[in-house]
Amino acid sequence: MPKVTYIQPDGAEITLDARDGDSVMETAVKNGVRGIVAECGGACACATCHVFVDEAFAATVGEPGDLEDDMLDGAASDRQPTSRLSCQIKMSADLDGLVVRIAPEQV
Amino acid sequence: MSDVLIVGAGQAGMQIAVSLRDNGFEGRIELVGEEPHGPYQRPPLSKAFLHGSADIETLELRAPSFYVDNKIVMVPDEKVVSIDLSGERGLAVTDTGREIHFDKLALATGSTPRRLPIEGADLDGVLYLRGIADAVELKNRWDAAASVVVIGGGFIGLEVAAGARMDGKQVTVLEAADRLIARAVSPETSEFYRAAHERRGTSVRLSAKISRIVGDGTKVTGVELDGGEVVPADIVMVGIGVIARGELAEQLGLETVNGAIVVNEFAETSDPRVIAAGDAVLLPHPLGGDAQVRLESVQNAVDQAKTAAKTLAGVREPYRAVPWFWSDQADLKLQIGGLSTGYDQTVVRGTPDDESFSVLYYRDGRLIAIDSVNAVSDYMAVRKALGSGSTIPAELAHNLETPLKTLVVDS
Repeated sequence: MPKVTYIQPDGAEITLDARDGDSVMETAVKNGVRGIVAECGGACACATCHVFVDEAFAATVGEPGDLEDDMLDGAASDRQPTSRLSCQIKMSADLDGLVVRIAPEQV
Repeated sequence: MSDVLIVGAGQAGMQIAVSLRDNGFEGRIELVGEEPHGPYQRPPLSKAFLHGSADIETLELRAPSFYVDNKIVMVPDEKVVSIDLSGERGLAVTDTGREIHFDKLALATGSTPRRLPIEGADLDGVLYLRGIADAVELKNRWDAAASVVVIGGGFIGLEVAAGARMDGKQVTVLEAADRLIARAVSPETSEFYRAAHERRGTSVRLSAKISRIVGDGTKVTGVELDGGEVVPADIVMVGIGVIARGELAEQLGLETVNGAIVVNEFAETSDPRVIAAGDAVLLPHPLGGDAQVRLESVQNAVDQAKTAAKTLAGVREPYRAVPWFWSDQADLKLQIGGLSTGYDQTVVRGTPDDESFSVLYYRDGRLIAIDSVNAVSDYMAVRKALGSGSTIPAELAHNLETPLKTLVVDS
């Protein structure tokens, strides 16, 4: 199972095994990682699962889609170059070892 | 130390449990739900789940280990049938005869689909959609069904209708009112959805008067309208709203209105030992004012549950939130921010026929809500504005040249 590491705004880290095909958001929420709110459950409708993707993985993870791009513009924390909504990143072997920082404000 | 019993293991019930722990509550937490599953997401049931792109495990709100790790006793498949608050400690009894003793009670009993009170409504193939069991039943019949009649042109019905059309079925939506989603959106948005569903091949019949559902003795075959016309149907999906489940609250003598449990801004019921949250409650408008509202949404279930948990943990913080809602129908993403109740003016931004536009709602010149269809930037700008108590001048809002977020001003 691919691993994903979440870094909280205060620096605390947790690494989880993700189910292949589950999103970075789902993996976090199901295991109770704080700071990933994800009220819409992954419908790309709420922008409350905002993360900053670690530079080393930015190219592999890729750019947000148009809809996600617009959502990120209005996210509670200002977007950064590697901002993504974690519900739109599906875990796979390619992303094993992924590191994301959780945006400080989600709602 | 005290023990909390949470009745109802949906989105709100689960969030109360989670937020109790987040607030440092160390007492025992028992979460009892009558469905055979742990807490799960309902919104995908009318969309991704129906089309096979989400299984039950995907729908789980938390992994089973989460409840163990957080010392939340999660009891599925058991129904609380009576509660007694007359003693020093509360006592609940379930349908298995089990007794649960507790100090504080949270009701997150949710709602149940309103049933269609007409002849033929009990025929096989007349379906409702609320829980996984309903969705499984619908899904099991889905592939074999060539024609679907949806009774009720609200969100659930239209989401199912859109999915049925995408799967090539013949689809008719029967709505009793003279427009779709009449309870939640303006006539402009209603008319857009009528046209958009028609463009996708669905027959939308407004002001429809249904006389009965017809069948071959056991199975549904169609829906008969006043005047005798029969619309053929292999499946009839009924989505005519929900009723708050206030049975236990009524049994406890709590204040209810049409079954909805009345709560204050701290999610307290008329008995301060009992809090309630989610679809089952009638609450003060979460942006202030005198109005009492029912909010059947994930956002409200989650945010109000957080308030309820704080109250239980001894942190008094009134519920304040910008209500928001979404509905995905085919490739149309509707996002609603704020509550339009009581609006006296609307501004349409963009052209509905382009399938990307917004309707902004105003009351006394002040922005109160937005419906956005495939117009995410508008929606996000308004949600932020409402959250910070700001507004957007009505006379400027229609101008597509100017992004809404640049028009936000203090009010």
